[in-house]
Amino acid sequence: MPAVSKGDGMRGLAVFISDIRNCKSKEAEIKRINKELANIRSKFKGDKALDGYSKKKYVCKLLFIFLLGHDIDFGHMEAVNLLSSNKYTEKQIGYLFISVLVNSNSELIRLINNAIKNDLASRNPTFMCLALHCIANVGSREMGEAFAADIPRILVAGDSMDSVKQSAALCLLRLYKASPDLVPMGEWTARVVHLLNDQHMGVVTAAVSLITCLCKKNPDDFKTCVSLAVSRLSRIVSSASTDLQDYTYYFVPAPWLSVKLLRLLQCYPPPEDAAVKGRLVECLETVLNKAQEPPKSKKVQHSNAKNAILFETISLIIHYDSEPNLLVRACNQLGQFLQHRETNLRYLALESMCTLASSEFSHEAVKTHIDTVINALKTERDVSVRQRAADLLYAMCDRSNAKQIVSEMLRYLETADYAIREEIVLKVAILAEKYAVDYSWYVDTILNLIRIAGDYVSEEVVPVLQALQAPACHENMVKVGGYILGEFGNLIAGDPRSSPPVQFSLLHSKFHLCSVATRALLLSTYIKFINLFPETKATIQGVLRAGSQLRNADVELQQRAVEYLTLSSVASTDVLATVLEEMPPFPERESSILAKLKRKKGPGAGSALDDSRRDPSSHDINGGVEPTPSTVSTPSPSADLLGLRAAPPPAAPPAPSGAGNLLVDVFSDSPATQPGLGPSPEEAFLSELEPPAPESPMALLADPAPAADPGPEDIGPPIPEADELLNKFVCRNNGVLFENQLLQIGVKSEFRQNLGRMYLFYGNKTSVQFQNFSPTVVHPGDLQTQLAVQTKRVASQVDGGAQVQQVLNIECLRDFLTPPLLSVRFRYGGAPQSLTLKLPVTINKFFQPTEMAAQDFFQRWKQLSLPQQEAQKIFKANHPMDAEVTKAKLLGFGSALLDNVDPNPENFVGAGIIQTKALQVGCLLRLEPNAQAQMYRLTLRTSKEPVSRHLCELLAQQF
Amino acid sequence: MIKFFLMVNKQGQTRLSKYYEHVEINKRTLLETEVIKSCLSRSSEQCSFIEYKDFKLIYRQYAALFIVVGVNDTENEMAIYEFIHNFVEVLDDYFSRVSELDVSFFSAVSQVFHTSWQRQASPDQVLVLALEDDPTSV
Repeated sequence: MPAVSKGDGMRGLAVFISDIRNCKSKEAEIKRINKELANIRSKFKGDKALDGYSKKKYVCKLLFIFLLGHDIDFGHMEAVNLLSSNKYTEKQIGYLFISVLVNSNSELIRLINNAIKNDLASRNPTFMCLALHCIANVGSREMGEAFAADIPRILVAGDSMDSVKQSAALCLLRLYKASPDLVPMGEWTARVVHLLNDQHMGVVTAAVSLITCLCKKNPDDFKTCVSLAVSRLSRIVSSASTDLQDYTYYFVPAPWLSVKLLRLLQCYPPPEDAAVKGRLVECLETVLNKAQEPPKSKKVQHSNAKNAILFETISLIIHYDSEPNLLVRACNQLGQFLQHRETNLRYLALESMCTLASSEFSHEAVKTHIDTVINALKTERDVSVRQRAADLLYAMCDRSNAKQIVSEMLRYLETADYAIREEIVLKVAILAEKYAVDYSWYVDTILNLIRIAGDYVSEEVVPVLQALQAPACHENMVKVGGYILGEFGNLIAGDPRSSPPVQFSLLHSKFHLCSVATRALLLSTYIKFINLFPETKATIQGVLRAGSQLRNADVELQQRAVEYLTLSSVASTDVLATVLEEMPPFPERESSILAKLKRKKGPGAGSALDDSRRDPSSHDINGGVEPTPSTVSTPSPSADLLGLRAAPPPAAPPAPSGAGNLLVDVFSDSPATQPGLGPSPEEAFLSELEPPAPESPMALLADPAPAADPGPEDIGPPIPEADELLNKFVCRNNGVLFENQLLQIGVKSEFRQNLGRMYLFYGNKTSVQFQNFSPTVVHPGDLQTQLAVQTKRVASQVDGGAQVQQVLNIECLRDFLTPPLLSVRFRYGGAPQSLTLKLPVTINKFFQPTEMAAQDFFQRWKQLSLPQQEAQKIFKANHPMDAEVTKAKLLGFGSALLDNVDPNPENFVGAGIIQTKALQVGCLLRLEPNAQAQMYRLTLRTSKEPVSRHLCELLAQQF
Repeated sequence: MIKFFLMVNKQGQTRLSKYYEHVEINKRTLLETEVIKSCLSRSSEQCSFIEYKDFKLIYRQYAALFIVVGVNDTENEMAIYEFIHNFVEVLDDYFSRVSELDVSFFSAVSQVFHTSWQRQASPDQVLVLALEDDPTSV
């Protein structure tokens, strides 16, 4: 095997790469790269014509630099020149360069296309392959337009070499997937099918892929492929384990080709020709038989490859769904896998069996494995395997085993992972509804469901309930109970344990804890009670009459209370009985639960890949990348591959009207709009005309009463830099929060427990007095309930050059995610100014450091192991990675730093408690720097999910 | 059908990525971060298949390097799983004891993909082609 590092002797390149790898810092790397770029530029510009070798070497270097994430804005022409070289390596590098750095320069595209055309026509197989690979790798619509018509010709030409045919098939497939309309169908399609008979297995493999894709659109054009595929498959399956030489993988002949052929057959119904069908069935049986034979190798690769074929065979058997014998054999085979020691096989067996369960021929056979599957649900350690087991139980459920399956699923639900609870709940509800043979079993099941997983029982599950015996605590239970007692409570009223007063007081004891919707429903129940049980009338009227109902702030509740009260006192018993007649039964319909499950499984699951498929703007997959750093996802040891730094800053909020526009002007860099420094002549003129005079009635009229606190809707959005400014204060308490030409705002703050005091210093940097100066703190959204901020009013005039101080008393009531806003308004030289900032109060300010020993730390760490309690971020360092600085930041963040906890001394571990009035949130954190990669991994675990995420985001910004 | 092919190390750095369906550049970063996160969180007792959004991830770990293939739900998981190993064997043969760094930059890898994209070519055939392409072996 050749040693790669020798390459073909491009020593300059090797030296350059090792130089880069040896660079100690990013700065050094950039310096080295700039030096090289200058060198290459001068060589390319020089008078001396470069030979092919040098051109190749420099283009290689440019490519390497590009892959490191730097812009390359020259060298394209040299790369294109390489395309027409007669030396393979030079041509290859040329193609590589243009495949990676396609430039939309039309002149270049013309040259590139010309070179590709020449190579395609060259009859030199390696050159033709290079050209085909380039077309495929770029894969753009333009490439398709230029070459889609030529490639079928190359593919079916009698004199094309095998490797060329193979590449042509793949290239065509690529173009077809990108733009199907560009690939012309024609007589070549018939000849492509015959490639399945080709001597060369590589050609066959490529052809199967192409045909599988093409036949989906035009099945009739390709239907002759079925018999050819069967005979090819038969030859492979019956060949000895070494017949196919290069294509034998650990004693399995051509496993991937077999899988592909079996997949192609799944595009068509079972063959009609008896001989073909017989041959195919024989193949399928052979595969099933082989699974029972002793393995030819102990290597896991052997059995994996064999099983890949086996699973695809079973898929085909299920697809045909017409051979009972094969279906049952497939099921037995999968049954064996259910207890295999390899998790992968158990997973796949459960998955395949799920589809087998829906076939009438194998349903019974699948059912025989019920105990194994239930056992899997109980004992599997992997949630995805358990999920498959639950799916299979659902699929194999029928009247005969419904009780067993439902009770096992309910038991599983008690400990089930949160991620899949809702689905299990839906499944149980559907099964219970579908197979309910006896009434009390159904009711018990639904009650259990609500007891175990009330939170996951959605509205759809509730109305299917028909009866209820005893209300429990979950609100859904109260709702259901209220509804059913209202309708059918009289049926059980004879029993002293459920006499009308008992029923009523049970329901009413929950009333105050319930949401408005439930309370409304309960009020209806109460009026129904008056009808059903006249003896409760007085009590219920008392409840309805109570001030909390009649004057309830909620319109719905109030209206119900008033109407029901009147109804109960005015109407005769007959009227009441008619109005409050038993509800008619719900009409038959498709189970709404089933509909919900379908929705959940539906295609709109929101996949990144799906989204982009709909994006018509670009069909390029890997090609077509403009040379921008950090947009390349090509191998590179030190490029900013995660692109974290490249994350665009949050878009500036749209310019608000009125004062907002002025705000924008104040911050813009254009000197003409900076009123503070050297006012333009017009402005000076204006200010002379209208001297800033507080007593001027005009000014007073123009400005709204400054004393009134502006509501959140009155203040503008925070300035674009607000987040950045806020970030500066996450790890420190004092500093300059904001500064522009007019105003400087300084902050000094201290925090203890859940309390804090903050001093804001507003400095007037101009020589003119600010009027109507009014800084206010606004709580957007729910913040009011989470954080109390008391502000002292400040003088409404700030003299030129003077500073005023404002004191803020802060109390953290509960955990919060968004900081309060500080809105500052004033008039400067007659013009209203306003400015909204984020007040540097973040939740970590209420951190109380906690020291603990390593053992305690790990114990607590383990206690917080639910996935939603953890937040993790992996990110690129934005500042030099200095341990001391990091330490200071973590301490500033508020947590205690624990030494000797993490086995790796480079890592930082911290602990603390966030103190709020309502609750305390314990936080553990771990920061793992990776100096070599210039990356950090930050993990936060807290007892509250949003807090973990929020702290993680806050802290990750700091490094 | 294969949607993408990733080589990511434990630190979350993507060593190689190939997309066979268009994904916007900025979404790729997010996707890759999430993908490696879900792989890292799994233990050896868990199976090598992860259901992720509306497709599946099939992964194998070699030392600190994860190879992850995203496929749609009709793909044969076992075939892909073994394909990953096959691919690594090819690399190992080619580089004689492949390491993470080898993958980082060498056009041959790219060449392997030129010829092998979407698993059509026989692995051995890929190797042969790659070697044919490598002038040092001629």
